[in-house]
Amino acid sequence: MQPGALNVLVIDENRIRAAIIEEGLRDAGYAVTVVEEMQGLARRIAELNPDVIVIDLENPNRDMLESIFQLTRAIQRPIAMFVDKSDEASIEAAVEAGVSAYIVDGLKQERVRPILKMAISRFNAFSRLSRELEETRSELENRKVIDRAKGLLMRSRGLSEEAAYALLRRTAMNQNRKIAEIAQSLVTAASLLDPGAPDPGVKT
Amino acid sequence: MTTRHAITAGFVPLLDSALLVAAKEKGFAAAQSIDLTLVRERSWASIRDRLAVRQFDVAHILGPMPIACNLGLSAPAPKMIVPMALGLGGNAVTVSAALWRAMAEAGATDDLDARRNGAALRRVIDGRRGEPLRFGVVHPYSGHNYELRYWLAASGIDPDREIDILVLPPPDMGDALAEGLIDGYCAGEPWNTFGVLKRGAHLATVKAAIWKSSPEKVLGVDAGWGEANPEALAALLVALHHAALWCGDPRNHAELASLLALPAYVGREPELLLPALTGVLPVGGGAVRTVGDFFVPQAKAATFPWKSHALWFYTQMVRWRQVAHTEANRQVAAETYRPDVYRAALKALGIAMPSASAKVEGALTAETPVGSSGALTLGPDGFFDGGRFDPDDVDGYIAAQSR
Repeated sequence: MQPGALNVLVIDENRIRAAIIEEGLRDAGYAVTVVEEMQGLARRIAELNPDVIVIDLENPNRDMLESIFQLTRAIQRPIAMFVDKSDEASIEAAVEAGVSAYIVDGLKQERVRPILKMAISRFNAFSRLSRELEETRSELENRKVIDRAKGLLMRSRGLSEEAAYALLRRTAMNQNRKIAEIAQSLVTAASLLDPGAPDPGVKT
Repeated sequence: MTTRHAITAGFVPLLDSALLVAAKEKGFAAAQSIDLTLVRERSWASIRDRLAVRQFDVAHILGPMPIACNLGLSAPAPKMIVPMALGLGGNAVTVSAALWRAMAEAGATDDLDARRNGAALRRVIDGRRGEPLRFGVVHPYSGHNYELRYWLAASGIDPDREIDILVLPPPDMGDALAEGLIDGYCAGEPWNTFGVLKRGAHLATVKAAIWKSSPEKVLGVDAGWGEANPEALAALLVALHHAALWCGDPRNHAELASLLALPAYVGREPELLLPALTGVLPVGGGAVRTVGDFFVPQAKAATFPWKSHALWFYTQMVRWRQVAHTEANRQVAAETYRPDVYRAALKALGIAMPSASAKVEGALTAETPVGSSGALTLGPDGFFDGGRFDPDDVDGYIAAQSR
């Protein structure tokens, strides 16, 4: 059977992550709907009648979602969470990745497992991406402040750029600190000593 | 060298996580050689899932939830035991300013009286046209859901046909009320105080008025972990007992409120947390009322896991058609709560403990000394409508409520 016969609902307040999951599932041939808005969720679920619902584990609205299954029987039958109660490895991998999934009871495991696997790998990819983005951002910040500190040293002590950097690095090594920390101290000290002066580190 | 126990506990940022927070922050856990790690979660579903995959050993959890898990109502769930309660009471029913005005015109007063204000709500519904009133609760298997329904039903209001009850995360309740998405809610603290002080809401009644000395959050323990680590579990119960004593002492309320206010815990201003601890509650419109037993962390055997509490929750699951009543199900519910584990862990402390494992709920109309030592008092534990629950007659109670 074509995977397209399965209807997946993705609930995620994080748009970027939702888009990443949606893309993965669509590429695999599933029909995907993304819902970001929790209001009127019961009605949306009744309309869409999904086979599988994927939601981030940390979503505070999961208790509401589970109550919708219980109270309104919105989907034909009460829903079983994850692939199978006995499939502990899948459950653990999902919880680790921060995914939870609800599946229409009676749906065959072999049809659902690829969806869950896809969701898990996309969640992990998103976490990796967020981490890398954060690292890149702080790397950029560091580089900026080091450039400013170099500029200060070049002006006040008449050093070349290489010599200014070498001085920063040597100081950092002697004090067992990071170059960016030394640079930040220098920039802060300079601005305290001469708050009125134009920022010497700014490059044009 | 003493054995050190590493224990990971999940909790939801609510006032009644106090015992776990105090156990960690005030050194009661460390004194029992426990390295206690507290992990904050934003839903009960997430608490259950992390228990299921053994990321948590124990958790701050809604009293009915371990029963629901053991009854297979909520998959996937670990088998759980409840060897200790985390206090009594602590919830309130909060209504919007508009609904309160209508209720006040129909005879409701500021004194939080469950009977009078329930009757006023009945009259408001009689005079209404159109959509039913909407009330939020925190979870289908929660004391909140059951006490709200009990209050409505005993006030002559059908909670299924005349009220729309939906589940919302507690921190969203106040905003949903202010935006008119709901007309009222039953939640724990600080979310009623938040609604009153920050969103113009009004308290209609409190859990302590609907059912005095009634159960709320408990310590849910992964049964497998508990069996494999009996010493760690006993040590945790001792630590929590000392934490409960500390939390119950009025001299510590201000410090407890500021501990809970830390971003790692409830993360809300101490002013929002103090009312539940002191029982001096802002009820709305500037009025303040004192409710003696609003939240009881330790006194009156507040941490004792009564089987009658478990069975009452079970009768309400049956009443609201969450589970079918069978003898096997009744047994699962009764066996989820484990006063035997509680007694064994705290025996060495020589403290006064109830000798019975269950009691007739609603039988005590006043505070009553129990046991030979007289060191322990229980109750009052009455339901506002004079109802009584005899745990030995679950069938009769269920039959009477289904009429």
